[in-house]
Amino acid sequence: MPNYTIHVNGKERFVTADADTPLLWVLRDELNLVGTKFGCGIAQCGACTVHLDGVATRSCQMQVSIIEDAKITTIEGLSDDGKHPVQEAWKELDVPQCGYCQAGQIMTATAFLKENKNPSEEEIRVAMHGNICRCASYNRIERAVKVAAEKMS
Amino acid sequence: MKSQKIDNFSRRNFLKTSILASGGMLIGFNLLKACKPEAVMPVDIESLNFNDFNAFIKISNDGYITVFSPNPEIGQGVKTSMPMIIAEELDVEWSKVNVIQGVLDTKNFKRQIAGGSQSIRSSWDAFRQTGATAKQMLVNAAAIKWNVDASTCKASKGIITNANGDKLGYGEVVKEAALLEVPEDVKLKEIKDYTIIGQEIVNVDMDKIILGKPLFGLDYKAEGMVYASVLRPPIFGQKLESFDASEAKKINGVLDVITIGEKVRKYIQLGKKNWTFKLSETDKVVVIAENTWAAIKGKKVLSAIWLDDTKLESTEDHDNILTKILDTKKSNIRREDGNVEKAFSTADKVVEKTYHSPFLPHNCMEPMNFYADVTADKIHLVGSVQTPEYAAAVVADMLGYDVNNVHLEMTRMGGGFGRRLYGDFVYEAAEISAVIKKPVKLISTREDDMTTGIYKPSVKYRIKAALKDGKVTSYHLKEAAIGSNMYGSIPNFFPAGCIPNYKVETGNYKSNITTGAWRAPYTNFLAFAEQSFFDELAIELNVDPIQLRIDLLQNVKETDDKRIEYSGQRMEDTIKLVREKANWGETPEGVYQGFAAYYSHNTHVAEIAEIELKNGLPIIKKVTVAVDCGVVVNPSGARNQVEGGVLDGIGHAMYADFSFKNGKPEHENFDSYRLIRMNETPQVEVHFVKNNLSPTGLGEPGLPPAGGAVSNAINAALGKRMYKQPFVKELKKRNVLG
Repeated sequence: MPNYTIHVNGKERFVTADADTPLLWVLRDELNLVGTKFGCGIAQCGACTVHLDGVATRSCQMQVSIIEDAKITTIEGLSDDGKHPVQEAWKELDVPQCGYCQAGQIMTATAFLKENKNPSEEEIRVAMHGNICRCASYNRIERAVKVAAEKMS
Repeated sequence: MKSQKIDNFSRRNFLKTSILASGGMLIGFNLLKACKPEAVMPVDIESLNFNDFNAFIKISNDGYITVFSPNPEIGQGVKTSMPMIIAEELDVEWSKVNVIQGVLDTKNFKRQIAGGSQSIRSSWDAFRQTGATAKQMLVNAAAIKWNVDASTCKASKGIITNANGDKLGYGEVVKEAALLEVPEDVKLKEIKDYTIIGQEIVNVDMDKIILGKPLFGLDYKAEGMVYASVLRPPIFGQKLESFDASEAKKINGVLDVITIGEKVRKYIQLGKKNWTFKLSETDKVVVIAENTWAAIKGKKVLSAIWLDDTKLESTEDHDNILTKILDTKKSNIRREDGNVEKAFSTADKVVEKTYHSPFLPHNCMEPMNFYADVTADKIHLVGSVQTPEYAAAVVADMLGYDVNNVHLEMTRMGGGFGRRLYGDFVYEAAEISAVIKKPVKLISTREDDMTTGIYKPSVKYRIKAALKDGKVTSYHLKEAAIGSNMYGSIPNFFPAGCIPNYKVETGNYKSNITTGAWRAPYTNFLAFAEQSFFDELAIELNVDPIQLRIDLLQNVKETDDKRIEYSGQRMEDTIKLVREKANWGETPEGVYQGFAAYYSHNTHVAEIAEIELKNGLPIIKKVTVAVDCGVVVNPSGARNQVEGGVLDGIGHAMYADFSFKNGKPEHENFDSYRLIRMNETPQVEVHFVKNNLSPTGLGEPGLPPAGGAVSNAINAALGKRMYKQPFVKELKKRNVLG
């Protein structure tokens, strides 16, 4: 199997994987970064969302062979201590129910808030609509994104 | 403060303390014995060891408390709320409490199940007793140290004080306390004195969740572990004829391709099958690989021939089968009062409607997976399962081990919704490990989960009512289901006891499609049918729909029928609360309301949905909810459950469609199966009825009324009645939605 050098959470990581292996499984199986979740495998649910050069991206669709130049941030690399305003807002509003989709939700929200510092409710609802929460904690996610935006301004 | 002596059961029978080698005090208690006062101890208390207990509290020398939460956490919040109850009565600061998921005790576990919204309800008394008893023992130990009467001492926030102003922390007396006799007469706090129960406490796993730490079954790894992907029959009931693994074996990382099924067949022959076991006898093909991706890829290129030993039913066939069941006279009568037929024959008007819902997959966000390591003398299992006790027992029997040699670790679950009550993926993982003699992680794809799993049964209800002199005089409901029928006390829910002539009957058809419990089993759709029907009756009778419910409830208030467990008074109070909070009937122009109320899982819920029309299309803007679940242990967690339950109910009523074509599911992932998303969700506003009654379930009861409230609001807005889920499909058919 070929070797790749990828840039994850500020570090260079060397991995051996088939060229078509999705970044999701490289993160989870090879690098033990299991915060990024598997939900559907077809970019429909958003559980596997990471940042690729700052852009929210579905890691289940990114083959390891084409991302060697990109800077990848996962939930583990968002902050050292959970003090990113989005993480703090999640905690303040006690957002999660089962919690499984929340890493993906947080990664979508952080990338979105970088682009839109003062989003309207409607903009939040549209920006977050690609992330499924089966427990339907949507009301709290929506409020938490708003609170995070206020913290960041 | 008034002393509240609990004489239901003797604390000596369920609680025991000991000193820990590492310092500190360990309190073990048995939830079952505590919850069932009539239970007789099987052995002498003195000979019990800690294996006989299933819940523990550790108080360390520095006063820190560790609670080993015994019930599985599926997102319903018990890992937070159950320890809160202990901490309250123990009287310690919540910041000093650490919560750890308990390990399955296969020997003496009883109700270690997450299901039926029963975790809090069945443990409320036991947890309060345990906390209060431990506190009293600590106080007694301090009193002995000070040589004063224990009644002159007080304890609060982990500090014991006496009349002289002396102070001792819990940690300073644990050693002595552990050796004292367990007191029989302890005071429970009065609700007004609560400092933790009723507070907004954040989920105890919050930090791990927001930091992405390993937490769920899928995150678990062990040295030497391989990955397994299972090819199951594409049509329920098929049997494996042959397979070709040559392409799969060419894939990098694929280690082996094996079959499983033999152990399952042997287990079925044993005749010990319990209700969590739903596996068929067929062989399955399993790809063993070094990593998940290789396992998934390997399975994709397997080719297999499956034999049809089954009728290849399509959704249209199911539809006809259900109608036939409704039309036939043969059925199982579940409750009958008075004479419905006679009342129909003398009615001013008879209203009859039929409601239909499809099969539904659970779609937990964390796909089914499990870790198993079967070695010569023991079995180690780790993962997300709602019924750990049954899972361990089945695996032991299946592989011929003593259940005491099965060690099952529970992880946090990425959703349950009933799917994880059935341990098929545990049993498969265990058989795979037994065959390959290696630790293995079984992984499922979304497609595996959606097409080869377990479904909510497809159901039709026909409801008929007689109206005479402005009253509902007769009510007849028939349920037709593919799979099994409504269970337990559901036939005695509203409107049983409210209408003099009343009949509920059921019939079913056994298909090869595996069905099972799905969040709020049966009531999830029954409530929609019934509550839509009552809305129609109110319009027929020209009375306010809420007033109709309240009028009917008067008839059940004085009932001496023991089968009826819902309360007319509590339901009425709940309905009145939602009526007030939602400003029923006083909305601005262009806002349309729909009402529904339902009792399930011991909790009374009433909901009002509001719809606005945007370019003629209905937009659900808001749902106001009133809930009577007794004492609210953790308001934040409680609201979360209700918000989620309501949105889940709306999502499935509006969008969820699942069909079969020639025996095969037509939907296999979220591209063709629609779940509700944020831009489609209304705001949910939750209000709790305030009372001092014992807490009841919340994981499920918010869901059942949601579909009815929305359907009734749609009718108010558009004059279109919904009789079939999903509503979007119905609205499209009737040219409302483009």
